[in-house]
Amino acid sequence: MSQTNLSLPQQRKFGQTSRTDAWWLQPVVVFLGLSAFIVYSTWAAFQGDNYFFFGGGAQYLSPFYSPVIFDDPAVFSAEGHAWFGAKPDIWPAWLPFTPALLILWAPGGFRFTCYYYRGAYYKAFWADPSNCAVGEPRKCYRGEHSLPLILQNIHRYFLYIALIFIVILSYDAWLSMWFKDASGVEHFGLGVGSIVLTINVILLGGYTMGCHVLRHLVGGKWNKISGKPVHKKAYECVTCLNKKHMLWAWMSLFWVGFSDFYVRMCCMGVWTDWRIF
Amino acid sequence: MAQVTFRVWRGEGEGGYFEEYTSEVGDGMVVLDAIHDIQAEQAPDLAVRWNCKAGKCGSCSAEINGMPKLMCMTRLSSLDLTQPVTVEPMKAFPLVKDLVTDVSYNYEAKMKIKPFKPRKPDAEDGTWRIQQDDVERVQEFRKCIECFLCSDVCHVLRDHHEHQGYIGPAMFVKSAAYEMHPLDVEDRISDLKETQGLGFCNITKCCTKVCPEHITITDNAIIPLKERVVDEYYDPLTRLFKIFKPNKSK
Repeated sequence: MSQTNLSLPQQRKFGQTSRTDAWWLQPVVVFLGLSAFIVYSTWAAFQGDNYFFFGGGAQYLSPFYSPVIFDDPAVFSAEGHAWFGAKPDIWPAWLPFTPALLILWAPGGFRFTCYYYRGAYYKAFWADPSNCAVGEPRKCYRGEHSLPLILQNIHRYFLYIALIFIVILSYDAWLSMWFKDASGVEHFGLGVGSIVLTINVILLGGYTMGCHVLRHLVGGKWNKISGKPVHKKAYECVTCLNKKHMLWAWMSLFWVGFSDFYVRMCCMGVWTDWRIF
Repeated sequence: MAQVTFRVWRGEGEGGYFEEYTSEVGDGMVVLDAIHDIQAEQAPDLAVRWNCKAGKCGSCSAEINGMPKLMCMTRLSSLDLTQPVTVEPMKAFPLVKDLVTDVSYNYEAKMKIKPFKPRKPDAEDGTWRIQQDDVERVQEFRKCIECFLCSDVCHVLRDHHEHQGYIGPAMFVKSAAYEMHPLDVEDRISDLKETQGLGFCNITKCCTKVCPEHITITDNAIIPLKERVVDEYYDPLTRLFKIFKPNKSK
């Protein structure tokens, strides 16, 4: 490698570093934060109940369950809001079913292959590395150069699906502002749940619209963008959001979990959904 | 003036040890000042590479309290001086002596990058016309002072020693500066994927964190290059689209 025939320094052991700051804190916080979300969202996805609140005429659908492609009539049939009705009869009895399990792979895949999360969980879960300038547990390394992590390049396809989800969740947020009275007529209104679901779609939108791949697709892939005013503006907007991508990622992750929790608590009668007007 | 203890790496090649020196430090001093004082008063054989003392030559790269930094730009007031300050050479490159490393790997890696190849001149006098909007993106990369702190902190080099098949973040910045230039017509995408190891990068963003010129290496250079590789090799839809609407220029 070098013409002077010098050798590289010896590889450091796991955790070995001269850093004097609390370098372990960031990966620990990321580990705990992501683990907490994974545990809660998995639990919530398997519940298959308490995801649609219609008390007081409200129409709050948990984002973990939106869109409802098939409903389980044994659990929930009052509103019949599934796109294609009840789950098909051919669904195997041994296979767990909830509406969330049909759709959560998409936002989950989007976050799993996200450039920000990749860097974060490689550090927190794989210690690859634990943090900058800290020794690693493994000597061999393939990175995203070959299988399995080369599959991370599928991120743009998850982006396409995530953009559709933003449209659907926006519609859900809009629906959450319409309340049915006793006669079944809908009136425009605002409940705390409406605000929760609206903030949810704003945060998810900020996260999705700041995606590195979207930045590439709307303008980054061209070296000359001056003759493309629409692309140029889109590139600038995505870049603006992308600068705070980590912040959007965490805020939207927390809030989508909280939105499900809010709807769940209202459904269970633990919390009362206050109407503002 | 205060007395501060410095733990400075001494040795050549694979051997070495930390030697402790106590030196007086004052207001406004940087780590390189302290190292120079130690060199002048206590260790005249201490090897340290430096030049401009202004954060522009990229010569005095080292690791201060374990983090890659320029010695000339690290104020002592930014460090905890109640504890010994550790100063050691970069870990991703072979050690020559004390704080001096052999960074020739980076120049050899640079030779693997296809040079800038402009399109035909726009005017008869051999000149080009470029819009500021187009060239703005690559101007950030021109700030690189080649201190190689980004490559030093990159775990692909410092922990996995993939020097043969990976050119490192500093050279990805160089490659991005050419590849994204509005005049450039060369294609470096296959090289980045096949021989320069772009896929080894797992986006730790450590390179961005240590860059003294605050170049957003990961977000603005490496990830855009990764996406161009995806366009060419991993996205069947984009490839299909290109069959019907081929790009006339980059």
